Amino acid sequence: MEPLTAPPPIRRLRLEDPEPATEVTATEQRTFTAARRSIKAPQFSIRRMEIDEVSVHYGDKEAVKRVSLPVRQGEVLALIGPSGCGKTTLLRSLNRLTELTSAARLTGRIRLDDVDITEIEPTLLRRRVTMVFQQPNPFPMSVFDNIAYVLREQGSRRARKKTLEPKVHSALDRAGLFEEVKDNLDHPALKLSGGQQQRLCIARALAAEPEVLLLDEPCSALDPKSTQVIEDLIVKLRDDVAVVIVTHNLQQAYRIADHVAFMYLGDLVEYNSATALFGSPREQRTREYVSGAFG
Amino acid sequence: MQDPPLTVPPVPTPGQADPPGAHRRKGAVEGSATWSLSDRVGLAICWAFGLLFCAIAVAIVVYLLVQGIKFLRPEMLWTPAAAGFDETETGGFSDALFGTMIVALMGIAIALPTGIAIAVWLVEYGRPTALARVTESTIEAIAGIPSIVLALFGTVIFSSSALGFLSRTSEGVVFGRSFFAAGAMLSLVALPLIVASVREGLNSIPRHVREASYAVGKTKAATTRRILLPTCRPQVATGAMLGLGRIIGDTAIIVVLLGATQNFAPVEGVGFPLDYLRGAGTTLTNFVYEASPTGNLNQPQKAYAAAFVLLLMVLALNAAVDVVHRRARKAGTWSH
Repeated sequence: MEPLTAPPPIRRLRLEDPEPATEVTATEQRTFTAARRSIKAPQFSIRRMEIDEVSVHYGDKEAVKRVSLPVRQGEVLALIGPSGCGKTTLLRSLNRLTELTSAARLTGRIRLDDVDITEIEPTLLRRRVTMVFQQPNPFPMSVFDNIAYVLREQGSRRARKKTLEPKVHSALDRAGLFEEVKDNLDHPALKLSGGQQQRLCIARALAAEPEVLLLDEPCSALDPKSTQVIEDLIVKLRDDVAVVIVTHNLQQAYRIADHVAFMYLGDLVEYNSATALFGSPREQRTREYVSGAFG
Repeated sequence: MQDPPLTVPPVPTPGQADPPGAHRRKGAVEGSATWSLSDRVGLAICWAFGLLFCAIAVAIVVYLLVQGIKFLRPEMLWTPAAAGFDETETGGFSDALFGTMIVALMGIAIALPTGIAIAVWLVEYGRPTALARVTESTIEAIAGIPSIVLALFGTVIFSSSALGFLSRTSEGVVFGRSFFAAGAMLSLVALPLIVASVREGLNSIPRHVREASYAVGKTKAATTRRILLPTCRPQVATGAMLGLGRIIGDTAIIVVLLGATQNFAPVEGVGFPLDYLRGAGTTLTNFVYEASPTGNLNQPQKAYAAAFVLLLMVLALNAAVDVVHRRARKAGTWSH
């Protein structure tokens, strides 16, 4: 008999007790806790953003195809799917970041609190819908100044440190970072650990007091321990802001999301509550993806 | 029959994974003992050339150091050149030293803001693309033009009557040689180095850092001023110092556009400091050239002394570039 030389293949997800494919209402008690973080069901949900038949084209290529989704405060929405499925493009179109860096063309409507986002000044929109990126990217200045930069007017240096202090502290506190850095607010932010840097980026995104927080694979560059800290933080934040997270990591989506949208080649294949989507997917492609048949 | 024990290789977890190269000894080099003869000969030649160039550089510095210390008298630094029959009567080169500082300041004062602006435009905007391409090639062309050609072109420009206020004018004829003329043309020598260095700095900032600033509602202008340019400070400093090195080392433009006198020649009837800046003058490079055996002054001892001072200035600039880079490396950076 040959000795085993490789660990057995890891199944992506094994659910013991699948739920029927029904929409789980916000107030329904969850009994299903297999790999799930011990989080309470959402207490409430307010519809903040409305993605309505949105398509995004890069030249001839259609990256997102007629996707409709609600984004609600009080819940975490996860966008999952294999690489190149359009989930990041969709996320970036929510704060019109797609307009800045590429020749993306968007059709359909995205509304924020019933106002079409194309009618909102982009810089104002991006303060209401802020974003955290895959790589931790604090600005090369002190921890304090990273947050203060967001609070100050465009490019101005005028606002006094004293007047900004309470807001900076509260932003760091909301991101669960204040206790760790309160004695070192003048230290360069790039000297923090990766997990701390990412939480600083979340604090920076929260400092603008947004209504929606977009997270683009925020844990993919972090170690498991920092990932856990950030996941706990995201769940804690969902009551204050609507949270949309793009993730490659199915377990992560299962652990923290209330609703999950599975995208494949630009199509929205399935949108459902996390337990329903992972427990008993309606679509064949979803079933294959969540069971690890492709990715 | 008993099953052999399972041997499962350890699976590295992302958090504990060793950084790349952690197992290698720092600075370890693959041994060449197994190489073919021709490869070993090639390696030896590379070594030899490296050593040869080190030797040449050391020889220049040591030779000038010895000659400089032998001939340099401190009072030369504050005594202007004077007419005389031998080296004890001809004074020092204070005018040349000040002249070098003036052209360096003027050149960099023009080249630094212009260079930064061009680099920011090229990297951050670059539209229309055709114009950006043309700008890029223009700057490369300027970098390649011999400075004597720039100097000739400068005489055409600064002798025009419209620019008479920048130099000496007599009976409607524009002299066209002044610190203004030399400083402006020397800024063109420094400009390509500054643009290249700042561009490199801007390009090294990952795109997601810019987006992080846009994603909290900042404009492109605010991002450039508060994030991008402060991040590029080391490269701006490097570009400025390389540019300064080129400016203080240039001779052709000085000879043609500064007048090749050995003393300041301020313009009469004009207030300070414009009288000096509009007048002719000299720099250390010009002084070294004139004082060398081929020049008009023929006082080689002072040529060595002035060359020594010039060398010290250039070495100081190089050392400053090193310090800036070392400090930047310590400040940390993003993963790409």
